[in-house]
Amino acid sequence: MINRLRFACTALFLLATAGRAAFAADPAVLEEQARRVELIERISPAVVAIFAAGGGGGGSGVLISADGYAVTNFHVVQGMGPFMKCGLNDRVVYDAVVAGVDPTGDLAVIKLLGRDDFPTAPLGDSDTVRVGDSAYALGNPFLLATDFQPTVTFGMVSGVHRYQFPAGTFLEYTDCIQVDTSINPGNSGGPLFNEAGEVIGINGRISIEKRGRVNVGAGYAISSNQVKNFLDHLKSGRIVDHATLGATVTTNADGAVAVANILEQSEAYRRGLRAGDEIVSFAGRPIRSVNQFKNILGIYPKGWKLPLTYRRDGEKTDIVVRLRALHRAAELMPQRDRPGQPPGEPNPEEPDPDEPDEGDPEQPESTAPMIPAGPQPPEEYAHMYVQRQGFMNYYFNELERDRAVSAIAGLGDYGQLTGLWELSGHTADGREFQFKLGGETAAVKIGDDVAIQPLESDPSDAPPGSGGLLIAMHSMKMMIADPEGYFSEYYYVGSEPLDGVGERVDVVLTTRGQVTTRWYFSQSDGRWLGFDTAVTEDADECEVRIESLREFDGRTLPDRLAVRHAGEPFATFVIESAVLQ
Amino acid sequence: MQFPSQQREPASTRRLRGAVTFLSATLLLAAVHRELRADPVHNAIETVQQRVVKIYGAGGIANLHAYGTGFLVSSEGHIVTVWSHVLDGDVVTIVLDDGRRYYGKVLGAEPQLDLAVLKIDAENLPHFDLGESTTAGPGARVLGFSNMYEVAVGDEPVSVLRGVVTARTNLTARRGRFEVPYNGPVYIVDAITNNPGAAGGVLTTYDGELLGMIGRELQNTESNTWVNYVMPIQQLADTVEAIISGDFSRTDEPPEENDPRRYRALDFGIILVPDVIYRTPAFIDSVAAGSLAEEVGLRPDDLIVFVNNELVQSIRMLQTQLGRLQAEDDLTLIVRRGNSLVSVTMRVPRKNEE
Repeated sequence: MINRLRFACTALFLLATAGRAAFAADPAVLEEQARRVELIERISPAVVAIFAAGGGGGGSGVLISADGYAVTNFHVVQGMGPFMKCGLNDRVVYDAVVAGVDPTGDLAVIKLLGRDDFPTAPLGDSDTVRVGDSAYALGNPFLLATDFQPTVTFGMVSGVHRYQFPAGTFLEYTDCIQVDTSINPGNSGGPLFNEAGEVIGINGRISIEKRGRVNVGAGYAISSNQVKNFLDHLKSGRIVDHATLGATVTTNADGAVAVANILEQSEAYRRGLRAGDEIVSFAGRPIRSVNQFKNILGIYPKGWKLPLTYRRDGEKTDIVVRLRALHRAAELMPQRDRPGQPPGEPNPEEPDPDEPDEGDPEQPESTAPMIPAGPQPPEEYAHMYVQRQGFMNYYFNELERDRAVSAIAGLGDYGQLTGLWELSGHTADGREFQFKLGGETAAVKIGDDVAIQPLESDPSDAPPGSGGLLIAMHSMKMMIADPEGYFSEYYYVGSEPLDGVGERVDVVLTTRGQVTTRWYFSQSDGRWLGFDTAVTEDADECEVRIESLREFDGRTLPDRLAVRHAGEPFATFVIESAVLQ
Repeated sequence: MQFPSQQREPASTRRLRGAVTFLSATLLLAAVHRELRADPVHNAIETVQQRVVKIYGAGGIANLHAYGTGFLVSSEGHIVTVWSHVLDGDVVTIVLDDGRRYYGKVLGAEPQLDLAVLKIDAENLPHFDLGESTTAGPGARVLGFSNMYEVAVGDEPVSVLRGVVTARTNLTARRGRFEVPYNGPVYIVDAITNNPGAAGGVLTTYDGELLGMIGRELQNTESNTWVNYVMPIQQLADTVEAIISGDFSRTDEPPEENDPRRYRALDFGIILVPDVIYRTPAFIDSVAAGSLAEEVGLRPDDLIVFVNNELVQSIRMLQTQLGRLQAEDDLTLIVRRGNSLVSVTMRVPRKNEE
């Protein structure tokens, strides 16, 4: 017995030591592993498991602000209805509501509800990502995470600045990050992290061919820098469009990228770009291939201004151009708004319900209506979804617009001061001026020159060479006095760099008739910086920049206005007297 | 599968491990080591990517992709890739890492090794030195480079995958399991190298040292699983050098002729037209009296287009297919006769093995 015991002990001891010997690991490996475990623990709380409120379908997302805004793929929320259920790794299920969508770039923003201290993940700079960097994908592949603990996969960046052709109607992945990190159906919309725990991309697409809809070592993530360009647009509940230069490019015989065709209505044409010109750089990046050009174009929203350098006969020219819409507005409308499409039409290509269907990036298009009649939203949140033509969820647009224009609201009580405004003073070069902005006519006298714009007739370039300063000043008056009553459209657009190269500004857009004005507000301090008024579509704008404000009889007005048109200064107006009725 | 009991650890891995152990003494040093380790990998990737080329040729129909991968092995433009349908076209286009495009010429091929060597007219190109390749054992961390899915075009670098050598073994290229002519030793890796267009890419160490050439897309017909295999460069180097130096003669025919166990067309009573050009169509010249071929009704001027559902475009491909047969197999031929396709099936006869 004792012998047997002793034998057993010896055997145990041997086993133990042998075991230890067999599993002795390099301390550096253990340390690296511990570091990785710590990183994953740190980044997991911000990862969202998204489920359709009525069951059926789901995906992933990532929280980017403490008040609950989360980024995901358009093709995850498409067809889900305005409200959804989201799980975090605290095992709590939160209600969420859709904000904006970008059907072309496959992005969407939703807002988780019920807390103002959600865990968040920082958005990194995807332009610093290098091939060979580690990349962690966290999310909900195959909708496995019924306890909302995200699934973690780990891999390497296989390629950067990749271009993936449109799949289906819109969906184009430009300038994206390619990884061998395992990305599977259900990972869609989830974050791709770097070693610093920053989100460098949103996983959304995989290459598949004949092995079914699973990872084969080539996944694609929308770059975090593209997300940043669109984030403010998306938070405002819009259906966001992408952009075109109004020109097509091709590789010419010398291997350079040259303009093949150009629309005469485009700003690029008006700034001098012509067919045959060689594109040297665009948005500050050198252009060596057509894909590079498409990559750059694809990461910017419609309406942004970008610097472009072209070469003709050996001579380089720098211009800044505003990008045109890639689609007609109706093309991007949710199908509920399309005529001839009965709502709730059964989807003939309904996927197998046992299969998570939201992660298939190669077949992202769906014939299902974007907002089907889902289950009833939670009553306390029902007010957070407002349907309006042209918007995904107008509720958020109103919020963002009112926040952005608060600088104008703070100018003072303008009541219904929409009568005659008389603004007079001197231009910076010493000429006397007087604006008379009435209810039916706007007029200005600068030096000895007089220009008149009857408000009921077609808006024109008055005074000549200004791009429509009178209409611009009239729009400014109405923006201050009665924007909601006067403009037919009055909404928050998103953010962009002022004049293509300046600080990031909030943009609000108004229209009345053919006249469109974009209003700019500093994102850093909320100041009203200026506005661009176009008297017709595709006309060069009258650009007004507000250089200072001044109080006139208890109300504040911009008193120093620098006006430019078509790339040239027109005049700077210093208002010395303001009589408002 | 065989797992060789001993594997020489590559010098690179030994060096890496030495560095890891030494530097892990303190946290601070660990951070330094991560940086040290990260940079060589990034540098190795950049160096290797410059030596890998995109290949465009025939295909583009059905499941046949028209693109592939290759790698430079000389400064004057010799490129190694797999022998595949992509090279069948009249024009093979090579796109270098910097976006330069060339027409490639097939200098030589060795179907038994699934190997082809191309040449482009260029000079001073970055390239692998076949003499400086290395080996790796199971567990070694490796990088795979290829233009899988044609993700990269123009001057965009090819894709890189990370993985581990899971085994060194022999590819059991038996009929009915893996349909591949190569049956030498291979690396099996856990990186998914088995993708459209990846064949002809390279497997390297984390230092960028060349280990082998990524094999073709290969599926086990019994289990429907796909295998990620890489042919060690040492298996290919001699043939590559022979093709480059010009004193290479294809080994597929003489050994086949010499190997009495291999089946040939004549074993079925099929006499083919003379194999005069590189891809002579497999026309039947005559049928031996009293043969299996006569029994099933094959006739002169029939063009053999499929052998057991494999498309054959030449007498050589036909011979390769027939060479895989074993006694008692079924041999189904589809021949084009006039404007119609005719299918015949024969039982493969036993051979007298001396």
